[in-house]
Amino acid sequence: MSSVIEVEDLSKLYRLGEVGTGTLQHDINRWWHRVRGKEDPYAKVGRVNDRTLKSGDGGVKALPDYVWALKDVNFKVNQGEVLGIIGRNGAGKSTLLKLLSRVTSPTTGSIKVKGRIASLLEVGTGFHPELSGRENIYLNGAILGMHRHEITSKLDEIVDFSGCAAYLDTPVKRYSSGMYVRLAFGVAAHLDPEILIVDEVLAVGDAEFQKRCLSRMDKVSKQGKTVIFVSHNMGSVQSLCTSILRMSSGHVSVKSQNIEKEISAYLNDCKVKNLVLPISLDHTSQINEIEIGPTTVNENQPVSIVFEIEFLEPTVVTDFAPILYNQTGVRVCKLDGRPQLGLPREFSPGIQRFKFTLPALALIPGNYMFGFYYRTHATWVSHDYLGDFQLVSDQGISATPYPVEFMGVMQMNFNAEQL
Amino acid sequence: MTQTVPTSAEKNEDWDLEINARSGWLDLHLKDIWRYRDLLRMFVWRDFVAVYKQTILGPIWFFIQPLLTTATFTIIFSGVAKLSTDGLPPLLFYLAGTAPWNYFATCLTKTSTTFKDNASLFGKVYFPRLITPLSVVISTLMQFLIQFLTLGIALIWFLWCGYDIHPDWTGVILGTPALIMLLGGLGLGFGIIISSLTTKYRDLAFLITFGVQLAMYATPVVYPLSTVPEKYRPWLELNPMTGIIEAFRAIFLGVGSFSWSLLSYSASVTLVVLVLGVIVFNRVEKTFMDTV
Repeated sequence: MSSVIEVEDLSKLYRLGEVGTGTLQHDINRWWHRVRGKEDPYAKVGRVNDRTLKSGDGGVKALPDYVWALKDVNFKVNQGEVLGIIGRNGAGKSTLLKLLSRVTSPTTGSIKVKGRIASLLEVGTGFHPELSGRENIYLNGAILGMHRHEITSKLDEIVDFSGCAAYLDTPVKRYSSGMYVRLAFGVAAHLDPEILIVDEVLAVGDAEFQKRCLSRMDKVSKQGKTVIFVSHNMGSVQSLCTSILRMSSGHVSVKSQNIEKEISAYLNDCKVKNLVLPISLDHTSQINEIEIGPTTVNENQPVSIVFEIEFLEPTVVTDFAPILYNQTGVRVCKLDGRPQLGLPREFSPGIQRFKFTLPALALIPGNYMFGFYYRTHATWVSHDYLGDFQLVSDQGISATPYPVEFMGVMQMNFNAEQL
Repeated sequence: MTQTVPTSAEKNEDWDLEINARSGWLDLHLKDIWRYRDLLRMFVWRDFVAVYKQTILGPIWFFIQPLLTTATFTIIFSGVAKLSTDGLPPLLFYLAGTAPWNYFATCLTKTSTTFKDNASLFGKVYFPRLITPLSVVISTLMQFLIQFLTLGIALIWFLWCGYDIHPDWTGVILGTPALIMLLGGLGLGFGIIISSLTTKYRDLAFLITFGVQLAMYATPVVYPLSTVPEKYRPWLELNPMTGIIEAFRAIFLGVGSFSWSLLSYSASVTLVVLVLGVIVFNRVEKTFMDTV
């Protein structure tokens, strides 16, 4: 297969902080370096993008002003491929999309493209509230790069797709937000590019609409078009994509066709980073140890999380609540410890252990993570990840004929019978 | 779709688009603008239509606005300040000055905020950015044509009433389109330069609104060039708008100091500003999203 996109040594440097007199000084300095044919003096000091880094952390004495949102990214996309780009926040996904859609240009490196690219970073770009639905279809279509005659030939389809026929001559400012999005997506869905770039923000909206977005993308890819899809929703990545580009900290970690493996690697990537014991909650207390057991849980089996907390001085704890997330990052439940632990209450200095037990999980099989919300009189802390466990079905995950994203969240007992 | 689907026979080196970190100063992607001509048309139409949606008088407002301005000028500059109007009816004199000036000034101020006003649109989708200021210049032209029509009606009415006015009819027919292109080009050129310079440092933007107002007084709009004292005249002639406004008045009303040298100076300045503007704009459009 021939490649339709080739990305070589792509990097993007961003400046942090506000624009002011300081930046002017830098600009002049940079210009002076360029005039003398020297390298950009600030490109050298740029560091890997880590948004959580604070001044004083990890030996960094002051924050540098420049950050590499992308650094030396190389990959190729073949024709007909549906490439899912995954990675944590700050991994450089959005920057890569912006560069591919020519919204901004790279600091170094190049992108080569064959065929027409249409990028949908947002639906309804350029909609004018005063104009009617029909007028906006033409306007939006033109912005997305369609010709007038193409829009005219697809107008009926677009109107059908969005289901706004009766409102076609009403200004879109009178539309409900749902109609607005449907109309906007209708235009976008009838673009006919060789390469389609879609941001996950598209997949917001009601379930029916999401389904329509995804099935439309599926259809586009079945026509042999190339699709690049950025998402945090592993369910849709799994069902749509034929290969995965996994990114972390502005680098491409890997491009692979082993989707399952990359998704679990990504989920892994999401965790380990945050968990270095002891976790300081504030200056008065810290988590010394966390224990989740068992790490592989059968349905109808209990799972528990034990916290060992060290109080360094007398502390009034008002909230203590582990939070359970599923593998797509959806918050499943919050285990509010207040009533059972009798909070708020003061703890004297020393080590205390707390255990939370879930007797049985009425949840679909998959990977689950514990987060944590903790509040004292002085401050509050929340953690997204303190550890995880695997919930397996008694019949084994492979026995289920449905992909995870069609299973919902819960596993309910039910009876089915023919009457 | 205008772009051809690459066939398998084509070599891997035949890329349709290459995005590079650095590109030449003259790599202007003017072909892209042609490909997006439908978008240009849509923008022009949107700007024109959206302005008078939900108004009762609709496009008539485009007539009323210049008439009120002219009336104000007539009262203040002619009635109160008793400035010379080269022996013409003040209404006609001011109309012939403000119409082209307004076109230039509107083009300039509207295009000077191109990047700032369209940041959210430009941040989401690519199209040749030059389409936006171009559409502004063209949609403003439609407003100008209405003002121009007002001038025509006023001229015919004054001629009908037997005033001693001698328009140069061949000049009107041949010269007007050229003058309009100069006005639009100059406004566009200055506008996109300012818009490019203000993406990162907005200081200059403060200057524009009152700068344009002040510039009107440095241009023979409310007074004829002939009344300016000899020692200030070279300074006034440095202003590229002077030649255009004077030429405009000369062909329509048959008065004023029309000169080919002044007009060709204006034309050269327009060309230089426009070319410079397009180049600067093109440089800035690539990365302005990072700093706007």
